[in-house]
Amino acid sequence: MTDTGIGASVKRKEDFRFLTGEGRYTDDINRPGQLHAYFVRSPHAHAAVKSVNKADAEAAEGVVAVFTGADMAADNVGSLPCGWVVNDRHGEPHKAPPHFPLVRDKVRYVGDHVAVVIAKTYAAARQAAELVEVDYDELPAVAETGKARDGSAALLHEEAPGNLCYDWVLGDEAEADAAFAKAHHVTRVDLVNNRLIPNAMEPRAAIGEYDMGTDSYTLYSTSQNPHLLKLILCAFVLGLNENKLRVIAPDVGGGFGSKIFCYAEETVCTWAAKKVKAPVKWTAERTESFTSDAHGRDHITHAELAMDENGKFLGMKVDTTANMGAYLSSFSTSVPTYLYATLLAGQYTTPVIFANVKAVFTNTAPVDAYRGAGRPEATYVVERLVEVAAREMGLDPAEIRRRNFIQPDQFPYQTPVALQYDIGDYGASLDKALEMIDYDGFAGRRSASEAKGMLRGIGFSAYIEACGIAPSAVVGSLGAGVGLWESAQVRFNATGSVSVFTGAHSHGQGHETTFSQLVSDTLGVPIENVEIVHGDTGSIPMGMGTYGSRSLAVGGSAISRACDKIIEKSRKIAAHLMEASVDDVEFENGTFRVAGTDKEKSIAEVAFTAYVPHNYPEGVEPGLDETAFYDPLNFTYPSGVHICEVEIDPSTGVTEIVDWVAVDDFGKIINPMVVEGQVHGGIAQGVGQALLENCVYDGDSGQLLTGSYMDYCMPRADDLPSFRVGMTETPCTHNPLGVKGCGEAGAIAAPAATINAITNALGILSMDMPASPEKVWRLANQQKMAAE
Amino acid sequence: MPTVSMTVNGQAVTGEVEGRTLLVQFLREQLSLTGTHVGCDTSQCGACVVHVDGESVKSCSMLALQADGAEVTTIEGLASNGSLHPMQEAFREHHGLQCGFCTPGMVMSAVDLLKKNPNPDEGEIREWLEGNICRCTGYHNIVKAIQSAAASMRG
Repeated sequence: MTDTGIGASVKRKEDFRFLTGEGRYTDDINRPGQLHAYFVRSPHAHAAVKSVNKADAEAAEGVVAVFTGADMAADNVGSLPCGWVVNDRHGEPHKAPPHFPLVRDKVRYVGDHVAVVIAKTYAAARQAAELVEVDYDELPAVAETGKARDGSAALLHEEAPGNLCYDWVLGDEAEADAAFAKAHHVTRVDLVNNRLIPNAMEPRAAIGEYDMGTDSYTLYSTSQNPHLLKLILCAFVLGLNENKLRVIAPDVGGGFGSKIFCYAEETVCTWAAKKVKAPVKWTAERTESFTSDAHGRDHITHAELAMDENGKFLGMKVDTTANMGAYLSSFSTSVPTYLYATLLAGQYTTPVIFANVKAVFTNTAPVDAYRGAGRPEATYVVERLVEVAAREMGLDPAEIRRRNFIQPDQFPYQTPVALQYDIGDYGASLDKALEMIDYDGFAGRRSASEAKGMLRGIGFSAYIEACGIAPSAVVGSLGAGVGLWESAQVRFNATGSVSVFTGAHSHGQGHETTFSQLVSDTLGVPIENVEIVHGDTGSIPMGMGTYGSRSLAVGGSAISRACDKIIEKSRKIAAHLMEASVDDVEFENGTFRVAGTDKEKSIAEVAFTAYVPHNYPEGVEPGLDETAFYDPLNFTYPSGVHICEVEIDPSTGVTEIVDWVAVDDFGKIINPMVVEGQVHGGIAQGVGQALLENCVYDGDSGQLLTGSYMDYCMPRADDLPSFRVGMTETPCTHNPLGVKGCGEAGAIAAPAATINAITNALGILSMDMPASPEKVWRLANQQKMAAE
Repeated sequence: MPTVSMTVNGQAVTGEVEGRTLLVQFLREQLSLTGTHVGCDTSQCGACVVHVDGESVKSCSMLALQADGAEVTTIEGLASNGSLHPMQEAFREHHGLQCGFCTPGMVMSAVDLLKKNPNPDEGEIREWLEGNICRCTGYHNIVKAIQSAAASMRG
């Protein structure tokens, strides 16, 4: 290992610009002649739009245009599509009501898009928006997941009777019933996976631009996947040829899933740029982020686990209602199905699993993938069930897990819920985590806490995730509308530096460093001579973007394959230069050598020759520029054990996380520093869900009650501990790098570990997230009163 | 429109602003100093922290006119002659940033902390950062970076 190669904690190349204020985010970009957009949004959760009078707004100073859904309809602008078809238990496709960028007849959630005002300044657009008169006929609303299917609930879409998007099953119910009939004990839990608002620190933004000379568009957007956005906008919404739209996602300030999707605002900015013949810019205010970014989670679940007398799992049944919000966001349907129920085996040999998921429409913002996307919900179900089972069976929580782990010699392991895990060693992660937390010392620490009048608890979460999303044929058979391969182009420049064009997009993950390490290590060029280009459909090959912890496992594998092609072509050129047979030429650390001689050529010399081919092998094309598309053979399966230790003050209900141990198996690691950072951030979001964050809509009015940082509790520095991170390693068996992905692990593991610790401290079986001080205080004192 | 004059990163600047123009808008839109970010509209997130007369200030919570005559330092003015300020260097060394959006405010806030308390313990650092939200790092490496910067700046 070199100090900049694979395995080294190389300091990040992107940091200098971010630390000096030279980052270039979408809102930092201003285009000549640019106008500003402000959206008129629905103040009602559900209402018919009887009329929109835009005359006063149009006449206001600085206003250039006001558009409504009727204007977009006149231009045949389509509906924002959902790209994943889920077939229900009868084989029927999910209900897909239209989702127009600006509404045409009804508003269906607070923040829904009614009109856009475009003006010379942002202030003018915002002020004039107040002058757009909308005549609403208010309708009853349903905002609560659990009430969406009540017979009396308001109906959102004629196309979806009973507000049901789909009723979907996985597994064999009769087999599950048979397993439960044999059970010595059945553990049952009722869980709410609370709704979250992603809250990347950079609000979404877009600049649409139209070039009359070439009849083409450019869209600057805060996107995690510019090519996907371009594809959706062109093929489904705006009806453009793809050569007529360039999407640029420059520096993007966090995504966590919320910037995967194709949104109304960027669609409107692109479309409107041609109408007003000027660039149109929109930047979300934070309140708009709260009301109209896709939200996450929002499940209600009843789950049961059947066990024999030794605590061996015999079967699991899970019944979940998942809230889709008012419309289907781009990949929403896949999240509570193929990214959720397929993970219900967890790390265990549970032989039979049956899951039923009902997805419902409500008068709330659309719900889609948020860090982990389905997998945190699955882990929460499995690890809460297992923890409660241990308590009911009188088993140690580590022991019940160990008894049920899939063993290292059982891989590849086919679960009963469709996935085939390639490799893992769950016991190794558990052992290391127990050692790091000093599990044997817990009883003593609990006594010491009790002596101070404090309650101490410990909680486990043994998670698994399916990452490296995803093998195209597999997801295609499950309803995905796209392939989930990734592309890479590796270009040697004539004087020896390397430009790498990747379809993956970095919005905090550090690709410019990690990918450079990979290329530097593989090609033997200094890391500072490698540049990573991403985020511009005008310069990168078609690529699928960053989500699902896929960038290294899929995008990195594509880079690795492209580097291999570079080396193979270079070998031919080097052989010619050294007058040797290709088979005799070896490559190591950037140098080609003829075996057994002192002849050598550096790869930089070869690259120069490729571009100045005066002395060149016959039949070989000039240039050194190779592209690879990598389609993974399987998902990757990162796993690990997180252990949380809490101390609760029963007089205030405040929970302090006093220790956190994360032991993760991400396979091979390119940059440990970056990986640990990803783990920290993931845990913080998971702890945020467990202790602080909660998106609340008023049940009757459908008003968003948590619409700002004053109401929605984001984790601050003093809410969180320092984390202790350890690693185990079983390299992924099916990609060239042996890597699995690390971006979502913390958010997947953390909620269950936290709640398991708190309920352990309180001596109860269950409680719902977030474990706010008020809730914890009530539970702590109920227990105390009951004891008295 | 009223005229405002101030010194920003050592340069005298003058501009016409509306009464309602915020300091952050003046910096970003008129001076093109886009390193100072806007992450919320309720003055919680701290992405817009700059120094006004040596004190850390949320520039979304101050009118440009209120900064008339002031010495303002933004993230662009922290490094000198191409070499990073010890706080910037410590954030880089300890991976105290990921997406970079909260970073300018975080760094400016941390610099002010060390001016007031050159040797803060972990709890004091975490408490000080109450007004700066980061969604990426879980704060772990930010805290480490500030501790390290404190040690190096004490010498």
